Amino acid sequence: MIRRTAVLSLALLSVAALDGCRRKVVSAPAPVATNTGNADSLAALRARQRADSIAAAERAAREAAAASDQRSAGEAAAVLGQKVYFDYDRDNLRDDARATLDAKVPILIANPSVTLSITGHTDERGTAEYNLALGQRRAAQVKRYLTSKGVEDARLSTQSMGDSQPAVQGTDESAYQQNRRAEFQASGANTLVAPRS
Amino acid sequence: MLSVAALRPLSAQDNASRGVRIGLTYDPGSKPGVVVLPVTGSAGDSVRAIVQRDFDFGDRINPIVLDAATASEASRGSGPNWPLLAKLGAAAAVQITPTASGFHLAVFNVGTKQTALIRDYATSAAPQSRAWRAALHGIADDLEEAFTGVRGIARTRVLFERGKRIWVVDSDGENVMPVSDVGTPLSPSWDPSGRTITYSTIVPAGISVLDLSSGRARTLASGPGVFISPVFSPDGSSVVYAHGVDAGVDLFTVPLSGGGGRRLSVGRGSDNVSPSFSPDGRRIVFMSGRAGHPEIYTMDADGTNVDLLTPLDIGENAYRASPDWSPDGRLVAFQSQIGGTFQVLTINLRDRSLRQLTSDGRNEDPSWAPDGRHLTFVSNRSGVRQLWVLDIETGRSRQLTRGAPVRVPAWSPRLAAE
Repeated sequence: MIRRTAVLSLALLSVAALDGCRRKVVSAPAPVATNTGNADSLAALRARQRADSIAAAERAAREAAAASDQRSAGEAAAVLGQKVYFDYDRDNLRDDARATLDAKVPILIANPSVTLSITGHTDERGTAEYNLALGQRRAAQVKRYLTSKGVEDARLSTQSMGDSQPAVQGTDESAYQQNRRAEFQASGANTLVAPRS
Repeated sequence: MLSVAALRPLSAQDNASRGVRIGLTYDPGSKPGVVVLPVTGSAGDSVRAIVQRDFDFGDRINPIVLDAATASEASRGSGPNWPLLAKLGAAAAVQITPTASGFHLAVFNVGTKQTALIRDYATSAAPQSRAWRAALHGIADDLEEAFTGVRGIARTRVLFERGKRIWVVDSDGENVMPVSDVGTPLSPSWDPSGRTITYSTIVPAGISVLDLSSGRARTLASGPGVFISPVFSPDGSSVVYAHGVDAGVDLFTVPLSGGGGRRLSVGRGSDNVSPSFSPDGRRIVFMSGRAGHPEIYTMDADGTNVDLLTPLDIGENAYRASPDWSPDGRLVAFQSQIGGTFQVLTINLRDRSLRQLTSDGRNEDPSWAPDGRHLTFVSNRSGVRQLWVLDIETGRSRQLTRGAPVRVPAWSPRLAAE
């Protein structure tokens, strides 16, 4: 879903950029010939102007594409960083967690040099020792799911912070739910490539 | 918990001879009254207060505290005022005198009107220092052993985690000080000598061993995944801890001399943490999620003969954790979810009878004192998670720590003189 959105926005941005260029060429002020008697130099001037405008269009297109890549790279990074959430004392992946993980898979596949560190967290209830184990079990469950979708095992590392790093303070279910999570840290690539298909 | 027998091989023998020598008949149901006579010197009042408080916290002796006028009457130049001491209900009186090399101790049996015990204690520690207090706690423990046959627990300490550091506190709540660097340490535990501790770290994930006298720490095990809840074996030769990466968390053992960890438990993807040895070192009690929720199990020290200890049918939100095997081997203390919170219970290993020890607030992480009669645990009953001490015989409790929240306490074995 999110992958498709990224691809689509890339395409739209490219079209808009080209369109903008074309309009710029058309609306550019008419060149003023200083030497109207020289047909050769006039032709040369027109040729140079044409070449300039093509170069300008190409440059604009390149800049737009780079901006688009940057933007889709940012979107891809955001998708990779999206947290998944768990039920109390459980490590099984709910539907919302699976959807979040499904969105990460094509990005990971499109960026084979990227590694992902998965950190499991728990809410404050229960013992610190059991919660460290539970957090590890959650991270491992996430890793198992991603490898089952084709991401290489060696690119995924797991760790647990147990209950030691709550995302939010509080002792109600809403706070607990936000704290029962797996977090993601991508590394290994300066810029992410958005999936092309 | 740690084997007291291994630490002090002569303690049983000492109990018998001293009990006979003092000639008091100790009835566990009643506490002998003991007067600590005024102590000379500038630190005298402190000496007296420390020993009286140790008797009080030990819950086996009734310290008879006298006002200044009566105290000066009780001890005259010629010796104990026997009629007054008898009238006060004292079974014995204790005279501690600071000397050039330490303390001189005299114990008087009020019933026989005789000097029952004379002993000299050497210490070069400065008055009020940590070591000086430890020397006095040692005297109080000797006295408790002489009066009751059971050595006191005054010269012990408790480790705990507070603000990303491991701290230690004396058994009477004094001398709170950090022992580890700031980091992510958790689950401290003592070696049988009381000189070395082990603890886990979350980042980097590993098991550390720290020498308390030098303050130097070294890494015993580390790697990917989690490392949790290390404890020394009762002979001090190895450390058992929980570790896992992508296939559950199991218990491992590693020799203190180093080398790789060897897996003990077979959790098949479940969580197995919080080990505690039986005093003889043959069994390990631990928490496992193998039945779908946390319960307490026992196994042989090599990982075989696993047995569910806690009944499965206690409640809907079954969650039992943090087991600690009592030093006398009879009980396992643990925490159980009860009424939406946690309480500390014991289970008797012979008949599996349960006893709930706490009900005020949320109470967790019990750790036995070496006398097998006192427990420390974490409670939020005062509003903030603090350590409390409970006498399981009388139900009497006292607050041990104050200030910022704490967790994962570990009570030391009886400590050597410093």
